[in-house]
Amino acid sequence: MDNAIARKNAVLARKLVIIALIMGGFGLALVPFYRQICEATGISQSRIVAQKASGEVDMARLVTVEFVASNSNGLNWTFEAIDKMVQVHPGQQTVVHYRVVNNTGRRIVAQAVPSYAPTEAAPFFKKLQCFCFDQQTFAPGESRDMQVIFVVEPGLPADVQRISLSYTFFDVTAEPGVKG
Amino acid sequence: MEATHDHAHEDHSHHPTGLARYFFTTNHKDIGSMYLWFSLIMFFVGGFMALVIRAELFQPGIQIVNPDVFNQLTTIHALVMIFGAVMPAFVGFANWQIPLMVGASDMAFARMNNWSFWLMPPAATLLVGSFLVPGGAAGSGWTLYPPLSIQGGISVDMTILAVHIMGASSIMGSINIVTTILNMRAPGMTLMRMPMFVWTWLITAYLLIAVMPVLAGAVTMLLTDRHFGTHFFNAAGGGDPTMFMHIFWFFGHPEVYIMILPAFGIISHIIPTFARKPLFGYASMVYATSSIALLSFIVWGHHMFTVGMPAAGNLFFMYATMLIAVPTGVKVFNWIATMWKGSMTFETPMLFAVAFVSLFTIGGFSGLVLAITPVDITLHNTYYVVAHFHYVLFSGAIFSIMGGAYYWLPKWTGHMYDEKLGKVHFWLTTISFNITFFPQHFLGLAGMPRRIPDYATQFTEFNQISSVGAFLLGFSQLLFLYVIIKCIRGGAKAEAKAWEGAEGLEWTVPSPAPYHTFETPPAFH
Amino acid sequence: MMKTLRQIAGAALTTLPMLAVANYDVNIPAPHSPISNQIYGLHMEILWVCLAIFVVVFGVMFYSVFAHRKSKGAVAAHFHENTTIEIIWTLIPFLILGFMAWPATQTVLAMKDASNPDMTIKVTAYQWKWQYDYLNDGLKFYSTLSTPRDQIGSPEQHGKPTNEHYLLETDNNVVVPVGKKIRLLITANDVIHGWYVPQLGVNQYGIPGFIKDSWFQASEPGIFRGQCSQICGKEHGYMPIVVEAKSAEDYAIWVKEQKTKQAAAEGHDKVSLADPVTR
Repeated sequence: MDNAIARKNAVLARKLVIIALIMGGFGLALVPFYRQICEATGISQSRIVAQKASGEVDMARLVTVEFVASNSNGLNWTFEAIDKMVQVHPGQQTVVHYRVVNNTGRRIVAQAVPSYAPTEAAPFFKKLQCFCFDQQTFAPGESRDMQVIFVVEPGLPADVQRISLSYTFFDVTAEPGVKG
Repeated sequence: MEATHDHAHEDHSHHPTGLARYFFTTNHKDIGSMYLWFSLIMFFVGGFMALVIRAELFQPGIQIVNPDVFNQLTTIHALVMIFGAVMPAFVGFANWQIPLMVGASDMAFARMNNWSFWLMPPAATLLVGSFLVPGGAAGSGWTLYPPLSIQGGISVDMTILAVHIMGASSIMGSINIVTTILNMRAPGMTLMRMPMFVWTWLITAYLLIAVMPVLAGAVTMLLTDRHFGTHFFNAAGGGDPTMFMHIFWFFGHPEVYIMILPAFGIISHIIPTFARKPLFGYASMVYATSSIALLSFIVWGHHMFTVGMPAAGNLFFMYATMLIAVPTGVKVFNWIATMWKGSMTFETPMLFAVAFVSLFTIGGFSGLVLAITPVDITLHNTYYVVAHFHYVLFSGAIFSIMGGAYYWLPKWTGHMYDEKLGKVHFWLTTISFNITFFPQHFLGLAGMPRRIPDYATQFTEFNQISSVGAFLLGFSQLLFLYVIIKCIRGGAKAEAKAWEGAEGLEWTVPSPAPYHTFETPPAFH
Repeated sequence: MMKTLRQIAGAALTTLPMLAVANYDVNIPAPHSPISNQIYGLHMEILWVCLAIFVVVFGVMFYSVFAHRKSKGAVAAHFHENTTIEIIWTLIPFLILGFMAWPATQTVLAMKDASNPDMTIKVTAYQWKWQYDYLNDGLKFYSTLSTPRDQIGSPEQHGKPTNEHYLLETDNNVVVPVGKKIRLLITANDVIHGWYVPQLGVNQYGIPGFIKDSWFQASEPGIFRGQCSQICGKEHGYMPIVVEAKSAEDYAIWVKEQKTKQAAAEGHDKVSLADPVTR
């Protein structure tokens, strides 16, 4: 093989390695990209923070909001929605409650993760206050009622009349970096 | 061998013999042969696992393996067949044929070629050896979906490492192939005059370079989630298991085409040869292959219709998937138009090619059925899917590999294979393949999920037929091995142009192809 | 292993004649909901289109295989392209696909529309059982495989499946009123599972941390069986789903019975409801 071709080959190989590296970077970039899409569509909300509502109340419309509670693997405690269902006007600020009874006999640090059905309702569901913003610590035997203050934005698509909000508690006691 | 050496060159004709020859070889023919043997061994290893699976499924109830071992078998069977059998076989063909077809003396990076091959055996050992570690092999299905794969033991880490190594090997191999094709063609061989196998491999190699790093990223995130406290796929830390599926299938769907495009290439050589007529619609073949490759990047969601994507997502992926039927249809029409008004003979490679076209099309049709989101809802993760991908991967990819092996064996060994035994092998394989996999369509339609070790009694009869077919299919492959060995050891002398209708540079060198070929670039007309 | 090989060899001789007598399912089971009805229709439509294409295309190919062979003295023609025909056979598939895509789109939109339900059931998947939470009626129970373990067996002690609904039976069926729109909120406790009942047209993954909605409407009373559709570990094959559709009156009676049962259980052990049953 003469030198000219060898040099040409090396140049091309370098380009191909760069493509491979870019695609590797693209694979990792899919993570923030996916999160952006999920935030926008409401499939999941990775950064759980307090949101602001826009203010206006649409008295002509009533939306049903349903509250459900789930536990994840290994969390055998009682977690339930006290207010199972409410009817709200879009724009109206509403308070509902959830209850945890830590009947596991050990101290637990847990994180609640919200999820919505249908997903297209999520961008219009604003939580002003929520126990899911922070990790929660429960002493053995502790029973605690926790509140969620929320507003359904008037921009909610007209065909959505019912929103389900689900919280799943995950036990993060054993995770590195958990304080409390 | 030296006697038949056309372009004998003092300094090049020395090469180590025995084991050292293969360990240190940088010769594309040696490396090609090693890839092909490796692939054949893995085909039998994966096939053995398949037979244990089919034996367990012969009747309802548990008889042979525990459910967790069953899951491990389905997982490793898939990984071994995909990464160990099908992909290395095509790389083997690429190593042997691409330099011969484009008139290059060797691959562009001969040393790296050796490394890419020698990465494979350790990776395969990790994969298959994971059965021996405590807890057994990974049992989460080859897709390694978290959180199930997070639950697994050390074998999951071994599997991830194996996938990394095989991915690195594939990327190195692909860089080599692209460079060889783009820079080392004989003078006069423009891109649009390249043999079709070279074209399909060029596109495949680009696909590999594009998606293997994405897979590496996905499994690396899995690894850090398992051991380093990250939460890419865990909702507790703001992650999402669905994201793994998206990233995985962003790799996974192009991967499917990586396993079928070179097959299209091989078939596009066999059919013209035995029809004694040039390939119909060369340019449209190239465009169709490229569009399939491009479309493969935007259809991954069809593996995830049951995840609960928004309606718009489901519709997008349904339409995009249906579009793939168009270029695929064009290819099938072109092959049939190539046969039309030809002067056909039906040696073993042609038999495999005709079976490929018909059976692959059945797989294509079931793919179209599965593309329709609502129908997929009722068929997702059932045996219908199992039947579908075995029609495209066994009677697709593997039939083309077998056909290609028969087609080029004379060039590789210098002997004609035993035509009668080759035909017996073909008919046994084709008939038992259909006995094995056709009934699985019915099982899937009736609602039998895949990856279950035991099933409701109404599924018994078709499972029994399928198991009987599988054992026939498995044992028929011993005949394939016998024909290959017999052909290596002797047989009728093959001419340089072993087939009457064969075209291309590889048929201008003697059979067997000398150790060094095209040291001066040939003239290409 | 050898014993199994012998069994398989024996079956090879016996299965083929059996094909003629037994009543096999070779198609999607009879649909019993509006969505599964549409799915059934879509599948049949596509199947017939594919069969027609197959017959035409491979009719041409096999004609060529028989007529244009060298042994019959065929001499190869030399054409290798024809732009007109290549454009035609690229465009025709587009039309056929459009013809398939239109009704499929309607069904996708209908499937995804879980609004205005008559009732909602939350489904939580566990390794390896289901939990059903009737949000409107305040019922909550687990549903596990009821086939006895000795029928399933093991490599050491082969089982003997004798139950009629071997592996497709549960201790607590999901009872629903017939004709009502039942909305499902599906999630999972540990790994991904799939709630799959083909006759009702539902196949939806349950994913830990997320709820996904789906719906069905049983069009007549009956029992509809399904299984977990996504590999979820060792006992993936052993977590069936049995939906029982009853008339409104029978459903009301069932709810009453369940409430009595549930109250009695709660009296015994308040914790048991929150505690997943561990095997």
